[in-house]
Amino acid sequence: MAISFASAFAGHDKTLEFRSARAAVLANNIANADTPNFKARDISFDSYLKNETSRFSLARTNARHISSEGQSGESDGLLYRNASQPSLDGNTVDMQREQAEYAQNSLQFDTSFMFLDRKISGMKKALTGN
Amino acid sequence: MSLSNIFTISGSAMSAQTVRLNTIASNMANVDSAASSADQTYRARKPVFSQMMNDSMREYGWNGANLDESGAGVGVKIDGIVESDAPLQPRYEPDHPMANQEGYVFYPNVNPMEEMADMMSASRSFQTNVEIMNSAKSMMQKMLTLGQS
Repeated sequence: MAISFASAFAGHDKTLEFRSARAAVLANNIANADTPNFKARDISFDSYLKNETSRFSLARTNARHISSEGQSGESDGLLYRNASQPSLDGNTVDMQREQAEYAQNSLQFDTSFMFLDRKISGMKKALTGN
Repeated sequence: MSLSNIFTISGSAMSAQTVRLNTIASNMANVDSAASSADQTYRARKPVFSQMMNDSMREYGWNGANLDESGAGVGVKIDGIVESDAPLQPRYEPDHPMANQEGYVFYPNVNPMEEMADMMSASRSFQTNVEIMNSAKSMMQKMLTLGQS
């Protein structure tokens, strides 16, 4: 029986990618907490996964061909967050909420990492027979 | 890999907050800088923050690998530093060496209370971004140990 990485990892490798992408988005929200008219953003796992699986690009055989990147509508499932309370300068970052989301996100990163690590050590164990 | 983006993002926020702290320091240092005319008087300075977007950075020729493809922002930048339009404080001090013909001396429109509150906000934001960077660092270090146990 051949080992299939895709099924052995059970999507945790994709989850790690998503978690680190989301960490960047949340870090950007926190960085722009004092920027006027900045709108807080977030990614949902559903749309990220959908985007990952439906991603395709056309081959460019000539330099003048138009790049097909970004043709699939919503870019990577980035959405705008509903503001919890209005602010005068048009900024929708809620610092407490962003920090909580960031902390939760990094914990979920650790969880997926742990699962992935155990999967790999399990596979190693199966290969070496010890 | 977007974890390395976090260093760019938080780094830009930290440098923006440092500029903000610098303007606050300058304002507080000049809170009592008197001048004999309204034109020469120091005015409170404030940085204007704006978000750094991939598209706008590409316009300026940035196309590095550290830019996210997703269209998310890549941090914050200082658009410029503006001077406050708040009214200056003319005070009647005829004995002051800087006093003009009418005996008035102009003091800056710096509000120390406002500056202190701004300073707290800037230093807290700075700290938050340091924490974000630290946690991204530990996430990255963890990634390096994948499959070692």
